[in-house]
Amino acid sequence: MRGRLAIAIGTDDRREHSSSPGPGEGELLARLQAGDEEAFACLVDRHHAAMVRIARGYVRSQAVAEEVAQEGWLGLLRGLDRFEGRSSLRTWLFRIVVNRAISTGLHERQHLPVADSELGDDGGRFSQDGWWVTPPVHWADEAVDRMVAPEVAARVRRFVAELPPAQRQVVTLRDVEGLPSADVCDILGISEGNQRVLLHRARTRIRQHLEQEAVW
Amino acid sequence: MVTTPRAKPDGHDITCRQAVALMTDYLDGALSEDDRALVEAHLGECEACTEHLRQIRVTVTVTGRVRDEDLNPRAREDLMNLYRRWQADREP
Repeated sequence: MRGRLAIAIGTDDRREHSSSPGPGEGELLARLQAGDEEAFACLVDRHHAAMVRIARGYVRSQAVAEEVAQEGWLGLLRGLDRFEGRSSLRTWLFRIVVNRAISTGLHERQHLPVADSELGDDGGRFSQDGWWVTPPVHWADEAVDRMVAPEVAARVRRFVAELPPAQRQVVTLRDVEGLPSADVCDILGISEGNQRVLLHRARTRIRQHLEQEAVW
Repeated sequence: MVTTPRAKPDGHDITCRQAVALMTDYLDGALSEDDRALVEAHLGECEACTEHLRQIRVTVTVTGRVRDEDLNPRAREDLMNLYRRWQADREP
């Protein structure tokens, strides 16, 4: 039972981003439709940084990602009267950004479909019959305080940026932005299964980097 | 050379590779009841896989810190100008 108790730390403390303080999405949408500039400012503060990060997964530079996010806002404003509320405003906004980013990325020849290698193997960590060749070194408990330092976040940002495109897109939405699985599939237009494989690969790679941070 | 697979150690119905492969699905609550029970039984017996799961949870937490960035004030101003232009075009 030791193992069961020991795994009780972790993702339960993930922040629920939709519960950020301030007016609710429905209220902001109604105010925006009524021409309230403050409502737009509030949405920008809430979502713009995420939109840039999402766009960055598809395009080659930060400047282009900023442009894509800006086009995303214009897409929101232009489509405001047509928005039917079938998805959340955030999901809708992120989907606009992804679509814009894909067309920009295609133009830049940077967007790639999911490569087989991204869905691939487990990097030789296991023996042929499926047991650890070298079991993981213990660092989770000892390192957790150190791992939340701001300078580590900066390095993790780099690790995320270096992931293959599809992994980067999924982990950005799931773990950086904290979106639920269904919303991520909706935004990226991928199956739940593919999404989880990509997330798994991305987390595995980031974990390897963190291990190098934690163990020296 | 042919390797003869080892017998699974006592108490393990799935291998470590299988347990690790199922961890994202496990954390997402996406496993069938049977598979979840297999993973949990494995974790209960396997300190290495339990540590791996802890590390994945730490990874998720640390990755979530990446988003704590302030919005660039110039970007915000650009967007407010974009809004005002749109609003001006929209008004009859």
